Amino acid sequence: MTRRVADWTARAAAWAVAGASIAVLLVIIGQIVIRGLPGFRLSFLVTAPHGIKMEGGVFPMIVASSFLTLLTLLIVGPVGIGAAVYLAEFAGDNRLTRLVRFAADTLAGVPSIVFGLFGLAFFVYFLQMGYSILAGALTLSMMVLPTMLRVSEEAIRAVPASYREGSLGLGATRWQTTLRVVLPAAMPAMATALILSVGRAFGETAAVLYTAGMTPSTPLLPLEGGRTLTVHLYLLATTGYIDPAYRVALVLLAVILSFNLLAGWLMARFRRRFVA
Amino acid sequence: MAAAAATAVVGVALIFAFVLQTAWPVLTRVGIAQFIFGDTWYPTRGRFGLLPLVAGSAALLLGALLLGAPAGVMTAIFLSEYCPKRLASLLRPAIDLLAGIPSVIYGFFGLISIVPIVRSVFGGAGFGPVAGSLILAVMILPTITSVSRDALEAVPRDYRLGGLALGATQWRTVYDVVVPSAWSGIVTSVVLGVGRAVGETMAVLMVIGNAPRFPRAAGQPISALTSQVALDMAYASGDHRTALFGIAALLLFITMGLVGVGRLTVRRQARQGRRR
Repeated sequence: MTRRVADWTARAAAWAVAGASIAVLLVIIGQIVIRGLPGFRLSFLVTAPHGIKMEGGVFPMIVASSFLTLLTLLIVGPVGIGAAVYLAEFAGDNRLTRLVRFAADTLAGVPSIVFGLFGLAFFVYFLQMGYSILAGALTLSMMVLPTMLRVSEEAIRAVPASYREGSLGLGATRWQTTLRVVLPAAMPAMATALILSVGRAFGETAAVLYTAGMTPSTPLLPLEGGRTLTVHLYLLATTGYIDPAYRVALVLLAVILSFNLLAGWLMARFRRRFVA
Repeated sequence: MAAAAATAVVGVALIFAFVLQTAWPVLTRVGIAQFIFGDTWYPTRGRFGLLPLVAGSAALLLGALLLGAPAGVMTAIFLSEYCPKRLASLLRPAIDLLAGIPSVIYGFFGLISIVPIVRSVFGGAGFGPVAGSLILAVMILPTITSVSRDALEAVPRDYRLGGLALGATQWRTVYDVVVPSAWSGIVTSVVLGVGRAVGETMAVLMVIGNAPRFPRAAGQPISALTSQVALDMAYASGDHRTALFGIAALLLFITMGLVGVGRLTVRRQARQGRRR
């Protein structure tokens, strides 16, 4: 009888713990939506903050975050995909690939504030970029490279060998096969990698605080500085502007949620094509 | 292609070289032992002892693990062993979303919700080790859950059927057969969680109060390695600035150590797999 009780207790505990984990998620999202949504006007997205009570909106921050994320994507996309193609299609297992994997693992574990400190010293001061979107984007690129690399490599490896054999059998070179057959087939999953990297870049604070800077102006060129939504939220929350902070959190959450949904949808399409 | 792949290696080398070179003066002048084990962090008076910060980071990590690791593993067990299929397809993306929420939002949530609760339960400022541990536990949970779940789901179905056929209850089967088979994956997930907890900056910065003192009470401000860097970076110069690079170097070595532990676990798993 006791073994039945133990079994039942374990089952109940598993349900309870999992339920609690999900409840935490709901509480966090719920609180931000409930406190952020009332009083939210669309003008919040298209005006600049002003006044001592931080009235107005977050337009400059949206521009800064988007610019930074886009530039990061432009830098890390080609490098990450190029590296993934090399690892998955051309290299096999040699000393360089082992080194690259070790480096990527290490890079993935480095705390974001270390990237921030490095970016400040190297890009901002040493290379004299100043607080700028470019310095922020280069710092973020180093940070998200491992994610980009790993997911792209998995995407390329998931393309069935028969695709390559068919193409090579028709007389295509290896390079043509990679470019015209393998990469297009891996595209949806690779797009997922890009979106995941973008989500991390968009939500990052510590690495951009002292690289992209904090000036609340609207950056139009890569060498201008800007304040991202995340940095804005940090500054608002720690200086007591709680109501606008809720609204910024809501905007951030909405963007991250849509990135996640988009990534999930693309991945589901990819799986359906190859697995089913 | 190979050049793109080498970027990751160059990036890691650059970070290590730059951080160590910049940190070198303070490490030699103060001495590495005195730097890490000195009991006072008062940089404007030339006291560079990291022990209070190390103790702060350790307290946060311990609290986060005590709460987050069992909850994360239990949630993973629930998802792979107990959860109905349809519910699982709903919960999976929810857990992924929890992992994708920006750390500054966790920090904001902690600041407005958890700190006041800690203040009313334990007294004091509310900012401190307990608030920090609670937030970190929530943040490492999705990492631990998703990696553990992958490991549990990779255990062959035959193992479970064998256990049940011998008359064991479901919990006995999970506890004595499935979990031991997935053990190295579960350990890896906790190692990754440790990495995330040690490296987390913004969320910690916003809820621990940031006073470089040894942790003594639940609701009394402390400081951590990462948050101290973020805080001091704004104005540090001279020896103080190099000392921050010393902290970054320490964080890099912790990261390397964790990557090493992770690889060792994976290798051991591979060896065991062959023996079976």
